Amino acid sequence: MVDDLYQDLILDHSKRPRNCHAMADATRNAEGYNPLCGDKLKLYIKMDGDIVKDVSFVGSGCAISTASASLMTESLKGKTREEALKLLDKFHELLTTDTPVTKDLGKLVVFCGVRDYPARVKCATLAWHTLKSALNGAAEPVTTETE
Amino acid sequence: MLTSTIAPAFDVEKIREDFPVLKQHIHGKPLVYLDSAATAQKPTAVVDALRHFHEVDCANIHRGVHELSQRSTAAYEETRVKARQFLNSRKTEELIFVRGTTEGINLVSSSWGRKNVKEGDEIVISAMEHHSNIVPWQMLCEEKGAKLRVIPMNDRGELIVDEYQKLLNPRTRMVAVTHVSNALGTINPVKEIIAMAHQAGAVTLIDGAQAAPHIKVDVQDLDADFYTMSGHKVVGPTGIGILYGKAELLNAMPPYQGGGDMIKVVTFAKTTYADLPYKFEAGTPNIAGGIGLGAAFDYVNRIGLDKIAAYEHELLLYGTEALSRIPGLRMIGTAREKAAVLSFVMEGIHPHDIGTVLDRQGIAVRTGHHCAQPVMDWFHVTATTRASLAFYNTAAEIDALVAGLEKVKEIFS
Repeated sequence: MVDDLYQDLILDHSKRPRNCHAMADATRNAEGYNPLCGDKLKLYIKMDGDIVKDVSFVGSGCAISTASASLMTESLKGKTREEALKLLDKFHELLTTDTPVTKDLGKLVVFCGVRDYPARVKCATLAWHTLKSALNGAAEPVTTETE
Repeated sequence: MLTSTIAPAFDVEKIREDFPVLKQHIHGKPLVYLDSAATAQKPTAVVDALRHFHEVDCANIHRGVHELSQRSTAAYEETRVKARQFLNSRKTEELIFVRGTTEGINLVSSSWGRKNVKEGDEIVISAMEHHSNIVPWQMLCEEKGAKLRVIPMNDRGELIVDEYQKLLNPRTRMVAVTHVSNALGTINPVKEIIAMAHQAGAVTLIDGAQAAPHIKVDVQDLDADFYTMSGHKVVGPTGIGILYGKAELLNAMPPYQGGGDMIKVVTFAKTTYADLPYKFEAGTPNIAGGIGLGAAFDYVNRIGLDKIAAYEHELLLYGTEALSRIPGLRMIGTAREKAAVLSFVMEGIHPHDIGTVLDRQGIAVRTGHHCAQPVMDWFHVTATTRASLAFYNTAAEIDALVAGLEKVKEIFS
């Protein structure tokens, strides 16, 4: 059922995205773009040494990409750069493989339904691709077509 | 429900019998295929023609003296004759087999364009072009130092002819415009557009990808210099299409690609090129596709494009009326002359979410920018949902779409 994809938590975050604003004192930012659907996202990160102190985003996208960006920002605060990148890998695994869902993803497990919608995986990963680009300090906007 | 009142003379249920693909269930629901502007489904007659070629007649064309090669050559060339009738060109050799509309445009921009476009020249396209009728011209302009000019459109998604007139000048070399917009459904007044271009001394190319399946095209009546179409949109196979060009233009153009079949004599010192149409057909073509396209032309002709157009127009009116009753839904593209395309946005709901929810109800629509990003920019949307109709669709399927959209609203309201 389609309700397995659009769970309440996803709908909630898509309608009322958290941390959805620009950040004047960000130390890093990056832009993400999904050329297939035209979705755009700009991510702001404030690093305190190696720690993600604050993170926010602006952009337009579908319910999946907006909710994914929103829940990502919530899950990143206080993480080290390395922990953030590890979370990205786990999230990607959640969406693209059949491996059992692990607990350490926290609220992000809500996206496990995306597995059954291969065309929508890129929607869910746009924010995370952008995160990687921001943490790695890439200059060019990242697109979902680089996988 | 108006279902029973739609074009009772058009036996759509009988037509649907010709399309086995339509009989399946998707996610447990009957398939409702509303994406024919992307590609049309194929009738059994086309599938049979492909199968017959592969099982009985398979051989390369224009080469062997053996029986199979003669059969395949005859069947392939027969499609060219059918294409002449379909587009009403003067001569059969004015029809070049290409992979599709995109290759047709690229052939003209590369071959005609490189020879005829110089620095400071201008190429006119329109605001509603598919990327395939933008990018090849941009590439040519960049290479030559020429300028791309764009005919604007109004809020309905209709080209503004007065503004087009202002763009024309002695530097205009080419006017390349779509006959029917894939994203909006607008039917452009191409006959008038061509006449105005000719007044200014410009050559014209019409992108007929969306028009050919729905409108009777007569390239002589239009006086088009180039007209190009895709086979797969007219219920034919993918990977085959037709480029029509006036013989005098094609004869004066250099070849597009070099190789076998496009030559008369090859020595290391010099090659003499073949006559039309073979000059533009290097290498082994999509033979099966060409033969399948012939079967598609026959199939469409048997039903009749006039009847198809009339029925689809009924469906369009029914669909427009039904969708306009949905609160929060805005149609994108409301041209007075329109083909059966229903492109729309819904307040606060992204087209990809709409597409996914509809898919789970068995309804196939296109969501995204439809390879027409400038059109999306013009309407200040990033994407739309597009239901595109064909003669095998029914009013009941539009009812299913409306019910599907109610479900969408239920989830996202």
